[in-house]
Amino acid sequence: MTYLLGRFGNFLKKLFQRRRHVKLGLYGPPNGGKTTLANRICKDWTGEELGIVSPIAHETREIQIKEEITIQYEGKELTVSLADTPGIATKIDYEDFLRFGIKSKDAKQRAREATKGIIESIKWLDNMDAVIVVLDSTHDPYNQVNLTLIGNLEARKIPMLLVANKIDLKRNKLRKIQTAFPQYQVVGISAKSGKNMDQFYKNLFEVTS
Amino acid sequence: MLTLQFIPHQDIQHLDIQKRMQKILEPIKNNQIVVLEGKLEANEEAELIQETMREIDEKFKGIEFSYIHPHPDHEVLIEKIRSTLLHLLLGDREGFTVIGPNHLIKEIKKAPHKIQLFTEKRK
Repeated sequence: MTYLLGRFGNFLKKLFQRRRHVKLGLYGPPNGGKTTLANRICKDWTGEELGIVSPIAHETREIQIKEEITIQYEGKELTVSLADTPGIATKIDYEDFLRFGIKSKDAKQRAREATKGIIESIKWLDNMDAVIVVLDSTHDPYNQVNLTLIGNLEARKIPMLLVANKIDLKRNKLRKIQTAFPQYQVVGISAKSGKNMDQFYKNLFEVTS
Repeated sequence: MLTLQFIPHQDIQHLDIQKRMQKILEPIKNNQIVVLEGKLEANEEAELIQETMREIDEKFKGIEFSYIHPHPDHEVLIEKIRSTLLHLLLGDREGFTVIGPNHLIKEIKKAPHKIQLFTEKRK
């Protein structure tokens, strides 16, 4: 009897652990701070960063994954495979990169890679168990990329948490973002400074539970 | 001079998703702004972005698009019933989707029941 109970307990434990392993995607328009947030999460729970952050758009042009990140919050544990995805855009102009001193040949290559990265990002949506939509809180929330992304997550029934990043900047429009998407949880953070990350982890547990 | 091309819903409804996207992108690549009757489904919007990415080169640098729907978000009950009935009858044919080439349309601002097109002055 004790043996059977033990086996049953192990089964429940495994089942529980399996349910709490989540493939978590970071999605959003370019330069919203996805990689900064990925680095913040990785640094908080593994001590290592994931990717390179740059002021030039489309720095992340391939999906970067960090496996087995265990996040703890109020005695609960959540293990995630974190995917930092290239920013989704409807346009890419290689000439935009020239303004940052990138040579023409490299700018064209960067644009080509960025287009492929966007296609991959969208394809990967179906692999995600939950998605963090990272929005730049200083930008207009009624951006078509935001609407398309949120619409696709909704249609695919993928749980999402909306993050209004860069709230350390005075010109942030956190309220406007919350008003634009009243049906979703919107948490304002600064991935760069770590402001409000406790609330972020709390909401993340709620969304993935 | 800006050229607008209206695409009625019935012109694309029978096409498969890729042909539908090509039908939309073709005039855009020829410097026209497309006014599409109705709304694209979420997966069609995603496909439109992916197809656009496949087409991007040194001349064609992408698109701007936006949808405007005729109903306010905060409708009273009777308006909601009317909207629901209209949606049942018309499906995704309500409202308009405006799609244009990025080199012509600098920005589309949605506010959210009007859209403003900011066009680029061509040199």
